[in-house]
Amino acid sequence: MRRFSWFNATSLTLGFAFLYVPMIILVVYSFNESRLVTVWAGFSTRWYGELLRDQAFLDAAWVTVRVAFVSSTIATVLGTMAAYVLVRGGKFMGRTLFSGMIYAPLVMPEVITGLSLLLLFISIGLDRGIFTIILAHTTFSMCYVSVVVSSRLVSFDRSVEEAALDLGCTPFDAFRSVTLPLIAPAVIAGWLLAFTLSLDDLVIASFTAGPSATTLPIKIFSSVRMGVSPEINALSTILIGIVTVGVVTASLVSKRRIVQRERDEKMAGQTA
Amino acid sequence: MTSAAVAGPAEFAPWKDPAQTPLIRFEGVTKRFGDFTAIDNVDLTIYRKEFFALLGPSGCGKTTLMRMLAGFETASEGRITIGGQDMNGIPPNRREVNMMFQSYALFPHLSVWDNIAFGLKRSAMPKDQIPDRVHEMLRLTRLEQFARRKPHQISGGQRQRVALARALAKAPKLLLLDEPLGALDAKLRQQTQFELMDIQEKTETTFVIVTHDQEEAMTVASRVAVMNDGKVIQVDTPARIYETPNSVYVADFIGDVNLIEGNVALKPDGLASLAWAEGAPEIIATAGEGLKDGARAGFVIRPEKVAISAERPEDRNNVVRGRILDIAYLGNISTYHVELPGGQVIKAQTVNNRRLSRRGFTWQDEVWLSWTDTAGLVLAG
Repeated sequence: MRRFSWFNATSLTLGFAFLYVPMIILVVYSFNESRLVTVWAGFSTRWYGELLRDQAFLDAAWVTVRVAFVSSTIATVLGTMAAYVLVRGGKFMGRTLFSGMIYAPLVMPEVITGLSLLLLFISIGLDRGIFTIILAHTTFSMCYVSVVVSSRLVSFDRSVEEAALDLGCTPFDAFRSVTLPLIAPAVIAGWLLAFTLSLDDLVIASFTAGPSATTLPIKIFSSVRMGVSPEINALSTILIGIVTVGVVTASLVSKRRIVQRERDEKMAGQTA
Repeated sequence: MTSAAVAGPAEFAPWKDPAQTPLIRFEGVTKRFGDFTAIDNVDLTIYRKEFFALLGPSGCGKTTLMRMLAGFETASEGRITIGGQDMNGIPPNRREVNMMFQSYALFPHLSVWDNIAFGLKRSAMPKDQIPDRVHEMLRLTRLEQFARRKPHQISGGQRQRVALARALAKAPKLLLLDEPLGALDAKLRQQTQFELMDIQEKTETTFVIVTHDQEEAMTVASRVAVMNDGKVIQVDTPARIYETPNSVYVADFIGDVNLIEGNVALKPDGLASLAWAEGAPEIIATAGEGLKDGARAGFVIRPEKVAISAERPEDRNNVVRGRILDIAYLGNISTYHVELPGGQVIKAQTVNNRRLSRRGFTWQDEVWLSWTDTAGLVLAG
């Protein structure tokens, strides 16, 4: 193995420091005894306990999870349908226009999306609350789902669907029993993306949330404005932990699948 | 079943029997994609139990013709009937037609077993009979030990057999095969051609195969339709397509051929003579269909029907003298490229049936080429 040169070692250290030092500080201070965030007063898990007793935070977390779950599920259904029609629908009037328009919300500044939804909700007299946040999140995350799913559909061998029709499937049955299982990885990826986008979102949620429903990002942001509390650090550390476990699991699963696939192909080669 | 009793396997020719009704009938079928005419006024009949090949270069419309039978395309004009029933407006899932796709189109998420059972589960077959039928198909295609594997866990040749088993499982009236052997290597392809013929005979299914490989069409098919630019040029048995092509296009497309152009004069006994060069003796050959006296025409002759000799043969009308330009030694046969005084090059083929490197002729030798009156054909331009 080649030895690390000084230059490589330095750039590696700097790069990773840039990415992770802020997070490490946050994690370390979440175990701080002191109420003052920047003064170290010894190790303690006190703020985690406080956090679990703070009903407002727990409510916000519960709202966030519900919003993310419901909106990403609806967005996945709608986004997959849109992708299917745009890729498979053949030529129809305005298809290019529609395909272009589905990407527009991806580049639209969130402030504008949030503001326009707010105006819409006010003009139709919809009370802002958890329902409006779900609507707003579905709106912007279904574009992401549709982009992910349509890229999978484009690379997909059309004749597999035709084979299903040929063997007696109705178009719907062919979609359910062949197309859907084959695009499932993209659909799941789309759902996860929509879920994380919804968990993350602060801007659109703050436009569309009402007094009855506050999401976790809004709650964190508003409490930080009054001064950073150690509770926030504890909460952030929990979130980092969840994300880390998720990412590591996902990469282990995909690694195992690659190994399995290689073994299968070797087996196919031997029996040829 | 009655046709087998009448004709028997030795003489299977329902297209000659006026009492037979065809299974498939194309009547004036035209298919347009926008401004492009993919199929141009095609009339075609295919009989029960035939192994029918659609042959032509890529883009000639053969795949479109097949996709119309499967129900993936609808005719812009004309009528297609299968078993007397007009197929217009009947979707693929309600046709007793199954297709084996060029890419095989196996369902990657299902095992070999489930791939084969896929169509059966969507048919009227009672559930308890499905395993028996799948097993029968696995046995027919010699795949028993791979039933639990997924498509990516088996080899290319095995995938091809799964695709065949899946398409045959529902015992369709008609099986369509789109370039079924295209992805296999040469040796496996030859072996599989015979397997296909065997399976076709065993199952007594009507097969329609699309191919651009003329050897494959000649090997497997009872009749071949040669297509070009959306038109069917000739439909006949492989032997007749080869021996009596109806046009210069067909003669040129199937196998190797020498072509000489000239002016034709019709003669008695179905012969024609062709004036093709100043001072050269006229060529005498069998007259093809639709030949007009005095018109431009092409004389076609297969290289193996041209004899090459050092001495002038006495008993033949068609004799030309030339010089050997090139020799292609292919092991079993040798092809001599002989240049005539006018610059025309004629290919003559001889079988190397003696194991000798002592060849009669070498480069630059002056030789005589000759052929009988019936060896070649004069065809309308």
